[in-house]
Amino acid sequence: MIRTEKLTYTYSQGTPFEKTAVDNVDLHIEEGAFVGIIGHTGSGKSTLIQHLNGLIKPTSGKVYIDGEDIHGKNVKLRDIRFKVGLVFQYPEYQIFEETVSKDIAFGPKNMGLSEEEINTRVREAAAMVGVGEELLDRSPFELSGGQKRRVAIAGVMAMRPKVLILDEPTAGLDPKGREVILDQIKEYHQRSHTTVLLVSHSMEDVARFAEKILVMNKGKVFCYDTPPNVFTRADEIASIGLSVPQVTKVFGLLRSKGIDIRQDVYTVDFAMKTIKEYLEQKGR
Amino acid sequence: MLKDITIGQYFPGDSVVHKLDARFKLLITAIFIVMLFSADTFPGLGIALVFFVISFIASRLSPKLMIKSMKPIIPVIIITSILNIFFIEGVPLISIYKFRLTDNGLRTSGFMIVRLIALICGSSLLTYTTSPIVLTDAIEQILRPLTKIKFPAHELAMMMTIALRFIPTLLEETDKIMSAQKARGAELDSGPFLQRAKALIPILIPLFVSSFRRAEELALAMECRCYNGGEGRTKLKTLVSGGKDYLALSISILFLCAVMVIDMGRLGVA
Ligand SMILES: Nc1ncnc2c1ncn2[C@@H]1O[C@H](COP(=O)(O)OP(=O)(O)O)[C@@H](O)[C@H]1O
Ligand SMILES: [Mg+2]
Repeated sequence: MIRTEKLTYTYSQGTPFEKTAVDNVDLHIEEGAFVGIIGHTGSGKSTLIQHLNGLIKPTSGKVYIDGEDIHGKNVKLRDIRFKVGLVFQYPEYQIFEETVSKDIAFGPKNMGLSEEEINTRVREAAAMVGVGEELLDRSPFELSGGQKRRVAIAGVMAMRPKVLILDEPTAGLDPKGREVILDQIKEYHQRSHTTVLLVSHSMEDVARFAEKILVMNKGKVFCYDTPPNVFTRADEIASIGLSVPQVTKVFGLLRSKGIDIRQDVYTVDFAMKTIKEYLEQKGR
Repeated sequence: MLKDITIGQYFPGDSVVHKLDARFKLLITAIFIVMLFSADTFPGLGIALVFFVISFIASRLSPKLMIKSMKPIIPVIIITSILNIFFIEGVPLISIYKFRLTDNGLRTSGFMIVRLIALICGSSLLTYTTSPIVLTDAIEQILRPLTKIKFPAHELAMMMTIALRFIPTLLEETDKIMSAQKARGAELDSGPFLQRAKALIPILIPLFVSSFRRAEELALAMECRCYNGGEGRTKLKTLVSGGKDYLALSISILFLCAVMVIDMGRLGVA
């Protein structure tokens, strides 16, 4: 589905501010996967994902979507952008229309869809992110921060992209708002069976849903693996300045106290199950 | 694309030019501009250029940077020089249809191109080697005597500081908004004029909204820190001048004299 080959990008090349933000990244993301991308601030996550819909042209290396080089001769970047939907960080700042529904319709309208089709998609996308019908005719500038964020996300979902990429969709929201948005994204993934890439700098956010985790460090891929495999390397991950989920930390501490318990635990539910099993085993 | 605009950008360094007192640098730049406009002959202009080249080498900036800063004004240069070449009276060298290429036209436009380029390069050298904050500080101090006649020197400097501070922020923001709308399929650089003008709306509205938000936040933050104008306000970093500043100023005055002498000499003979 998505493949990159020796992808490298350098900002401000040839000036004293030169900075290689993405460094030789080889990546392969399967169709339908839910991938969490995490890394420290400045590790190149945002730069990497902007390559995937052709907003940034690589300094060197290639990006393939469905086996097609997106900077190839006969490829229209605009079509790639409809195929790979990208929600920027703080997407509420890109809202401009008079009403919520018009703003969500901006993407579909650019695709040249019929009025009817646009309407269906706007309603569907709004419902997906929990923006009620009564809000559709309101001005988006009257909404709360969390609502605006969800309207902006709906604006990309309404294009029904084959790949949905979200750059830190929970940044700056309260815990409740984070929860809501993450759950909606998860549900979107399950319902639409599309590929979802969720960028975050919080392991906790990513650990719960992602089928695979891509850890970025200083522009390079640190590892790309399933959550259990990633979290067994908890010490290494801590050494690049990322924190593992709190339950994983607790289990690490338990192990260091000499309790023989598995290490690849990263959700509270699974932690509970593991502890129960452990206690039962010990009781016997 | 927007990132490539380098006018007014500061490139930190520790060369002699970087370390000069900003007030002197401003004065010296002014003197350089006077040099350029008082030079009426190529030798006079040559001396001014020698002065620039010496300062440029002393600043240890890369020539590539200077060439880059010229890019946006190339069209202006081309248009004005074409107009000059063809519309200035003189001895015709070549004539095509109604247009005549004259010796005077060629000379004047050549002169003007060199002058314009030197002007841009000279002022770029100032902004490349001086942080904008320090520069406005210097402007404020130079203008301070005018406060006696109620000239708002501090307010002007504060406005400039804020404007300068927000240029990169706004450019970055514009870039981000453009990317975000492109990701939703906005077409910004194709189509007929009216369509392209319409395509600006999704960029301009968010930009205005966020500018107002920023202005409000900044005003609030300034008030919270008890900002109430220039009266009695002290500086964290005061500008200090030393021997090297006076030396640099003397050298530039010397060059100015040289330019004047050469050109006056010619005038005297004529
Ligand atoms: N527009 C830009 N111009 C110059 N450097 C940039 C720009 N955007 C990001 N960078 C630099 O590239 C690096 C990676 O940034 P980014 O991709 O935004 O990281 P992340 O999203 O992981 O926080 C950072 O060091 C950042 O300073
Ligand atoms: Mg980022």
